[in-house]
Amino acid sequence: MRGDVVPPDRPERRHLISIADLSREDVERLLSTAASFARSLDREVKKLPTLRGRTVVTLFYESSTRTSSSFELAAKRLSADTMSIKSTGSSVDKGESLKDTAITLGAYDPDVIVIRHPQIGAPQLVASVTDAHVVNAGDGKHQHPTQALLDLYAIREELGGIEGLHVAIVGDVLHSRVARSNIQALTLMGAHVTLVGPPPLLPRGIEAMGCETSSDIDSITDADVVYVLRMQRERMEEGANYVPSLREYTARWGVTPARLRPGQKVMHPGPMNRGVEIDPVVADAADALIETQVRAGLVVRMAVLYDLLTRGPVGVDVAAAVEVA
Amino acid sequence: MLFVKDAPKQSLVVRRARVLDPVQGVDAVLDIRVDDGVIAALGERVEANGHRIVSGEGLLLAPAFVDPHVHLRTPGREDEETIATGTAAAAAGGFCAILAMPNTDPVVDSAAVLGALVDQARAEAVVAVGFLAAISRGQAGAELTEMAELADAGAAGFSDDGRPVVAPALMRRALQYSAITDRPLAPHCEEPTLSRDGQMHEGAVAAELGFAGYPSVAESLMVERDLALAAYEDRPIHLLHLSARESVNALDRAQADGVRATGEVTPHHLCLTDEAVRSLDPNLKMNPPLRSADDRAALLDGLRGGTISCVATDHAPHARHEKDVPFEAAPFGVTGLETAFAALNTHLVEPGLLPLPTLIERMTSGPARAYGLEPPRIAVGAPANLVLVDTRAGWRVTEAGFRSRSQNSWLLGAELTGRVLMTVADGRIAFER
Repeated sequence: MRGDVVPPDRPERRHLISIADLSREDVERLLSTAASFARSLDREVKKLPTLRGRTVVTLFYESSTRTSSSFELAAKRLSADTMSIKSTGSSVDKGESLKDTAITLGAYDPDVIVIRHPQIGAPQLVASVTDAHVVNAGDGKHQHPTQALLDLYAIREELGGIEGLHVAIVGDVLHSRVARSNIQALTLMGAHVTLVGPPPLLPRGIEAMGCETSSDIDSITDADVVYVLRMQRERMEEGANYVPSLREYTARWGVTPARLRPGQKVMHPGPMNRGVEIDPVVADAADALIETQVRAGLVVRMAVLYDLLTRGPVGVDVAAAVEVA
Repeated sequence: MLFVKDAPKQSLVVRRARVLDPVQGVDAVLDIRVDDGVIAALGERVEANGHRIVSGEGLLLAPAFVDPHVHLRTPGREDEETIATGTAAAAAGGFCAILAMPNTDPVVDSAAVLGALVDQARAEAVVAVGFLAAISRGQAGAELTEMAELADAGAAGFSDDGRPVVAPALMRRALQYSAITDRPLAPHCEEPTLSRDGQMHEGAVAAELGFAGYPSVAESLMVERDLALAAYEDRPIHLLHLSARESVNALDRAQADGVRATGEVTPHHLCLTDEAVRSLDPNLKMNPPLRSADDRAALLDGLRGGTISCVATDHAPHARHEKDVPFEAAPFGVTGLETAFAALNTHLVEPGLLPLPTLIERMTSGPARAYGLEPPRIAVGAPANLVLVDTRAGWRVTEAGFRSRSQNSWLLGAELTGRVLMTVADGRIAFER
């Protein structure tokens, strides 16, 4: 989490805008912090006093269930004050620009602003006009870094590690911020990534991110983890012809029991289109990690908020810090 | 075809500057004398005749520049630029003449709109301005404008810049009909179903950042089409703001086949690649987009070798609040008049990628010839169109330094080398630092 977008005349302020901003050490630290929080959540009283007196604002310009609720719950579990702004029913409805909304919220001196926005670059803009730490909860087709972190956490929980794993990401990579963050996160941690999908949905030049591409669904056979992307019907504008039909997509690239080996883990960022990109039998099978992912979302987002607000010098013992808190 | 505010012609002497006019074959330390706006003497030592004397010691004196591609935003968006501020910015950048594009509100598609602009230029332009008129009414791509009447009213050429002429049949009719005007057509080459919602060049950077890609073939396919039509109709054509290797190759082949085709390239396409877009700075968003390092190399080769004969700024001012948004929401376009020479001097001439005389030629007679204008030149008897430059002066680009009404420069904060000190436009000192 480098302070890349911090203007030079301000003190260093860390953000989580892209997985590209993280080092492997950053990710290790965040995952072990998340694991500490998972243990603390086993206690009867789940609330920790760690961020008492801090303010976390969530600013959502797109509909979201799991991301907005888990950020809000994560902040509350750490005793932070929270404020949730949604674009509908707010001054955004009246045509206020993102910059003006951010400046208005910034006037309350929030410690963290969590933002989801349909346009790439929105978190940078917020970071440039407020003094808050900014967490990107999804910006257009660019990045969704906490999703990738929770996916790493879930994989580590189930498989014990990430290094050396082969992960196949299947589906609409072109329109997927989840895919971009996961390619960066998985390759950063030493996994091997293959993107599988119809050629028009595999962006030209994406191999430069350090992954392979294939349009043959059989290439998921060797993978330890099959990560299924949502077919985003809302992104399939009429006449774009990325695929001839959802029926043909499902027939060619749907993840079905017949295309999986026993023991292959299956992940999905949700919400699922059952019967389109993922067969219901696969979604409900024991090898599906979809619920593990949702549970991981809470502790990983707690870890992100905690890390941004409290991290001392590099090398501090995070587990101990949590105990003290 | 060019219009400027009337003002008395001036007289002056510049002593001991490096006088460089590659077309005239002049490159020597000389004195020059301007009498009432006309170059009257050029030599080792000329008499001052009581004129004001300017020291050119250590400085470059070249023909002033011609910019074939500027958006003056007038009429309709005078909050972004006016003829007065746009020409002041041009003068500060060393330009003695500019051509304005017709994608205003209303579009310059009638003699009435053009006539009002001509009157306004005569009232407030500090350097000469020419106006292109639209190819199609409202730039809607359906019906031709009244080209003959527009030419009579002073149109310098025809373009639907900002938009492609989508229908091949309309482009063909425009080529045929414009023959009676003797003015060139200047198409904006973009195949819209391929560029679609593209935000930046389609390639590895767009793939990583998640932007919808605007592939280079969206440009080059239209370049090929327009060159084929121009060849078929045997009409001259000027290709705006080229960005892709395939486009340069197509232009080169067409020229070799005898097609009267010219092309232009912007300073930002010559200096930057799509890698720069990683910063997500909306001042790096333009149409066509910044392309790959390979495309940039082809543009530079094309400019050096002469396939591309013009540098054009595509100066596109935008209001601050329209660029203060996420990259995806920002409009296309950046300013360039006041930084063009310094940017190219810093990024191309100083590192040895482009000889200074070639740059001067591509910023003066190259663009003038493309539109059939009188090229600025340094010769006794010629109107004084001169730029005095300190090619070694370093300066920082700041918002406060612009004469333009807008500040959406891709160079904000940059350190550049080479500064325009004085611009003489048609015998008048239009700018002096």
